[in-house]
Amino acid sequence: MTSLKVEKTSSAAERESKNGLATPAVRKFLGRIGTTVFVALVLAFFAIPILWLVFAPFDAHPSMNVKLPEFTLKNFAVLFGDSSALSSLRNSVVLAAGTMVIVLIFGSIASYALSRVRIPGREFLLYSLLLLSSIITGTAAMVPIFLLMVRLNLIDSQLGVILVLSAGMLPTVIFILKDFMDSTPKSYEESARLYGAKPLRILWDVVIPIARPGLATISVWAVVQVWGNFLMPFILLTSPDKTPAAVIMYTFYTQGGQPNLALISAFSLVFSFPVILMYFFVSRRYGFRFHGGIKS
Amino acid sequence: MLETSSSKEDAKTSVRDDAERQPGRKSTHEDGDVAGLGKRRAVAFVAPALALVSVFLIFPAVWTLYLGLTNYGLTGSQALNPQFVGIDNYVSALTNPAFLNSLWLTVLFVFGSALIGQSFLGFLIAWMMMRVSRVVRGVVEFFVLLGWIIPSSVSTFLWFALLDGGSGTLNLLLHTPGTAWLLQFPMWSIIVFNTWVGTAFSMLLFSSALASVPPSQLESARSAGAGAWAQLRDVIFPHIRGHILTNTLLITLWTFNTFTPYLLTAGGPDGRSEILPVFIYKLALQNGMLGQGAAISLIMIVLNLMIALVYIRLLRTREQ
Amino acid sequence: MHRKHLVSVGSLLTASVVLAGCGGTQASVANPQLNANAKQVTLSLTANAISGGKNAQEADWVTKYVIPQFEAAQKKKGVDVKVTFDPNGVDDAPYKTKISLALNTGGGADVISIDGIWVGEFADAGYIKPLSTVVGKDVSPKWPGWSQIKPAVQQVMTYKNNLYGIPDGTDGRVIYFNKNLFKRAGLPTDWQPQSWSDIISAAQKLKSLPGVTPIQINAGSAMGEATTMQGVLPLLVGTGSPILKNGKWQGDSAGLRSTLDLYAKIYGSGKLGDPQLQQAANGRDQSFAAFAKNKLGMIIESDYLWRSVINPSNGTAPMATRDSAVGWAKIPAESAGTGVNGQNFVSMSGGSGEVLNPKTKYPQQAFELMTFMNSAAAVRARLGNTPQVTARDDVNSQVLASDPLLSYIAKDVLPITIYRPSLSDYTKVSTALQNATDSVVNGTSAGNAATTYEKALEGIVGAGNVFK
Repeated sequence: MTSLKVEKTSSAAERESKNGLATPAVRKFLGRIGTTVFVALVLAFFAIPILWLVFAPFDAHPSMNVKLPEFTLKNFAVLFGDSSALSSLRNSVVLAAGTMVIVLIFGSIASYALSRVRIPGREFLLYSLLLLSSIITGTAAMVPIFLLMVRLNLIDSQLGVILVLSAGMLPTVIFILKDFMDSTPKSYEESARLYGAKPLRILWDVVIPIARPGLATISVWAVVQVWGNFLMPFILLTSPDKTPAAVIMYTFYTQGGQPNLALISAFSLVFSFPVILMYFFVSRRYGFRFHGGIKS
Repeated sequence: MLETSSSKEDAKTSVRDDAERQPGRKSTHEDGDVAGLGKRRAVAFVAPALALVSVFLIFPAVWTLYLGLTNYGLTGSQALNPQFVGIDNYVSALTNPAFLNSLWLTVLFVFGSALIGQSFLGFLIAWMMMRVSRVVRGVVEFFVLLGWIIPSSVSTFLWFALLDGGSGTLNLLLHTPGTAWLLQFPMWSIIVFNTWVGTAFSMLLFSSALASVPPSQLESARSAGAGAWAQLRDVIFPHIRGHILTNTLLITLWTFNTFTPYLLTAGGPDGRSEILPVFIYKLALQNGMLGQGAAISLIMIVLNLMIALVYIRLLRTREQ
Repeated sequence: MHRKHLVSVGSLLTASVVLAGCGGTQASVANPQLNANAKQVTLSLTANAISGGKNAQEADWVTKYVIPQFEAAQKKKGVDVKVTFDPNGVDDAPYKTKISLALNTGGGADVISIDGIWVGEFADAGYIKPLSTVVGKDVSPKWPGWSQIKPAVQQVMTYKNNLYGIPDGTDGRVIYFNKNLFKRAGLPTDWQPQSWSDIISAAQKLKSLPGVTPIQINAGSAMGEATTMQGVLPLLVGTGSPILKNGKWQGDSAGLRSTLDLYAKIYGSGKLGDPQLQQAANGRDQSFAAFAKNKLGMIIESDYLWRSVINPSNGTAPMATRDSAVGWAKIPAESAGTGVNGQNFVSMSGGSGEVLNPKTKYPQQAFELMTFMNSAAAVRARLGNTPQVTARDDVNSQVLASDPLLSYIAKDVLPITIYRPSLSDYTKVSTALQNATDSVVNGTSAGNAATTYEKALEGIVGAGNVFK
C-alpha cells in the first residue's frame, strides 16, 4: 500500500520539477524558513513568560510586571533567613522522593505483569482505576480522605500524604508504563528465558534497563506532580515543620494580606530550581523516551 | 519487527488456554508471558499497587460517590445530620444554569487546550524537532519543558505578569495598553495558559512515538520523492496511531480534571471561565457543599468514561 | 475474572461497613471538670496567622508573649503547662475548611481563632458548643473581662443566645474621602453626606477631575465577603431592614432594588466608578493603591484601610499624606431616617474571636488560656504600636486616644453598627448578593438581578423564609 502512494507522489514531484515552479530546492528553502519561523514562535511562546522569574527575584521592589530590576540579592537573604522557608523545601523533597519511589516500584512491576500476562479483567481494572483517580485528585474527596486518615492515625504524617498521593498517581503511571512495555520487543526476555533465567532476574536485568527512559520520565512526572501539590499536604499536615514548599508559598503575604512579591519571586526561583535540576539530570542520563526502546 | 499493541481480541481464547496450562510449564508465546511469570506471580506483582490503591483510592472514591447521594456539608446542620437525598443533587445540578455553563466551558476548554493546544502543538513540535539540529532541539525542548516543570503556583505569577492589564508583558509586546486579558478574554487566557503548561508532556510522548518509527521506511519513502505530508500520512501515522490515541486520551482526561486555571482567574469574571473542577472547588471549599460536589464529580466521571469509550472504540477499529 | 471481581466487591463491602460506623460527629460532650486538677497540661492554639506572613504580628504575639507569659503564670500556681501554636497563613476559605475537618473528626487545637460569622454554622454542625456546656454554667460569667465588652460586641460570638467564645476585636465601616480632591472639585473638606443623593452629587463633581475615579463601592464576587460587608450591606441597611429579620431573609425587596439601582448608577452609564476593578482578582488591592495615589475620590471601607493599608509607616499601600489628606464620614441611610431602627446613619461591623474545642482534654485550662489572651494586658501587648479597635472598652480608650479615625469608630460608629447574622446560611446568601452586584456591574438591570437573587435565596433558605 505504501509503495503505491509513494509512486504517485514521485510522479507529481517529477511533474512539478518539469514545470520549474516549485523545484525541490525551492521547496527545501521555503521549508527551512518555515521551520525557523516556527521554532522562533515556539521559543517565544514558551520563553517569554519565564522572564518574570528571571528578573523579579533580583528586584528590590518587584511588581507584578516584568521590568528591569533594581538589582539586589536582599530577597534571597531574607528568604534564607526564614528557617521555615528552607525546611519547607526539605519537606517537599521528602514527599516527592517518597512518592516517586513507591510509584516507580509498585507501578513498574504491576505494569510489567499487566503487559505480559493476560490477567482477566485487566482492561476493565485499568480504565476504572484511571477514572476513579480523577475523583481523588479533586476537592470533593477531601472529607473521605481526611476521615480515612484519621481512622488510620495518619494525620499530620508525611507518610500519609505520600500514600495518598501515590495511590492517586498509580493508575496513570501503570497506564503509561503498560503502554510503554507493550511496545517493548519481547525478544530479549525470550532469549533470557531460554538461557534459564528466572522471571525476577529477567525483570531486573533485561526489562528495567530497556524501560529506563520511560521510568525516568515517569519519575520526573511524579516528582513534578507532588512538588506543586497544595491541597493534600495542606489538609493532612498540621505541624509547621512538616509543611512543604507548595503550601508555604501561599503564606508569603504581608501582615495585611497582600502578596509579598519580593519573597514570593525569590522563593519561586528557589522552589523551581530543584525540579529543573532533576530534569537536566534525567535528560542527560536517560533521555526522555517512552515507546519502543529498540528499533529494527 | 513491527510491534502492535498486545491484541486484546485474543483474550477469550487465551483464558481457555491458560486454564489448561499448568504453572511452571514453558508457555508458548500467545499471551506474551515471555518471562514465564505465570498467573500467580503476575497477580503478586500487581498486588502491592492494588492494595495501596484499594485503601487510598477506591475506598475514598466510593465513599465520595456515596456522599453524592446525601446533602452532606462541611459545616452547618448538614454536617451533623446528613440526609439521604437520593438523586436530588443530580437533578439540581443538571437543572442549574451555572453547572450547565460550567459544563459547556469545560468542553471548550478541553477542545481548545487538550486537543488543539497540547496534542496538536505537541505533535507539531515533536515532528519539527526531527528536522532541526540537536542544539536547536535541546534548546526548544528545554523551554517547552520549563512550563511543565515549574510548579503551577509559580506559573500563575508568571502569567499574571504576562497578562496584566496595566503594563503586562503581552500588552507591551503587542502595543495594546490597558487590555485586561484575564478579564476580557478569560477562556482564551486559561486555554493558552494550560497549553503552555501541558504541551511538554504531549511533545515527549509524540517524540518518543516518532522515534519508534523505523527510519528505514522513512528513508525509502523520502528517496521515492514523498513530500512531508505523504510521509506523515503513509509511513508515520500507521505506526503511531495507537500511541496517538492513548496519549490524547490521557491528555484529555487530565485537562478535563485540571484545577490550575482557578489560580489564574478564579473562575471569573462572573463565572466566564468556571470550568468544572473550579466549579466543584468553589462548591466544596467555599460553600462546604460536599454532597453536591461529590455528585458533580460523578457526573464528571461519567463524561470521562464516555470520552474514554470513544477512544477505546477508535483504538479497536484501528487494529481491525 | 473471579479474583478481580472479588477484590472490587470486597472493597465495596468494607466501604459500606465502615460507612455505617461513621455517621456525623460523636455525640458525647466532655465533662467540664475533666482534668481540672491536672498538674501536667498540654494545650494547643491555632489561628490564621504565621510568622513572616499573614497576620505576622498576631503570630509573633502568640509565640513571644502569650505562650511564655501564660506558662510562667501557670508555673507559679504549680501547674506545668506546655502550649503549642499551629500557624496557618492562607485565605479564609482554606483555613475554615481545615479547622472544620479537624473539628469534624474530634481533633483540632484546644483554642481556635475564628471569624465571628462562622459561629452559627459551626454550632449547627456540632463543632463548637456553648461556653456554659464546655466549661460549666458558672465559670464563664465570672470572668471580669465581660464587663469591658459591650453587649453589641458580644453578639460577635453569640448564637441563639448562647456565648461560644470571647470576641477579640471588631471594626466599623465609614466612607473615606480625599480632602485634596474634594477641594479641587469644590466640595467641603468636612463633608458628611446625609443621603445617597449627596454621595452621587459629590461623585458627579469629582468626575470633572481628570484621571480620578469618583467612587469605589465594592461589587462582584471577586472581592468575596468584602463586597457584601463594604458594599451591599451598608447600603441595604440604609433602606430600612437588615438582611435577616425575625428569622427571615430579605429577598427582592424595594430596599434591595434601591441598592442595586445605586450600583447601576455608579457603574453604568454614569461612569462614577471603575467596573473593571470589580472583576479583577486583585481588584480590592488595586482600589487601595488608587486611593493611596490620590486617584480615587471616595471609598467605603473599614478601619482596616486606615491602619493597615494607607498607614504611612507600615501600610501595604502607604499614603504619606494620610493624616492630612484623608477625611471620613458616617455612611448615610438612603435618606434621613430610612435606616434600620430609623437611623440616619448606618454601619456594618465584623469581628473575630476564640472558641474552645468541645473535645478538649483540659476544658478549664483552655478557658484560662483564652481569658488570658483576652485580658487587658495581653490585648495591649498584641496591639503593640499599631492601634486597632478591640473588643474591650478599657483598652480602646487607652490605645485609641492617639488615633482620630479609630477613636471615631469606637465612639461614633460602634453604637450605630449592625453585625451580620451568624446563621449557617449567611455565607451562601452573601454569595448570592455578590453575584447580584456582579450582574449589575456587567450590565444586567437591577430588577432582573434582584429577581435572580431572590430565586437563589429561595434555593438556599426555602421560599417560606424570605421576606420582602
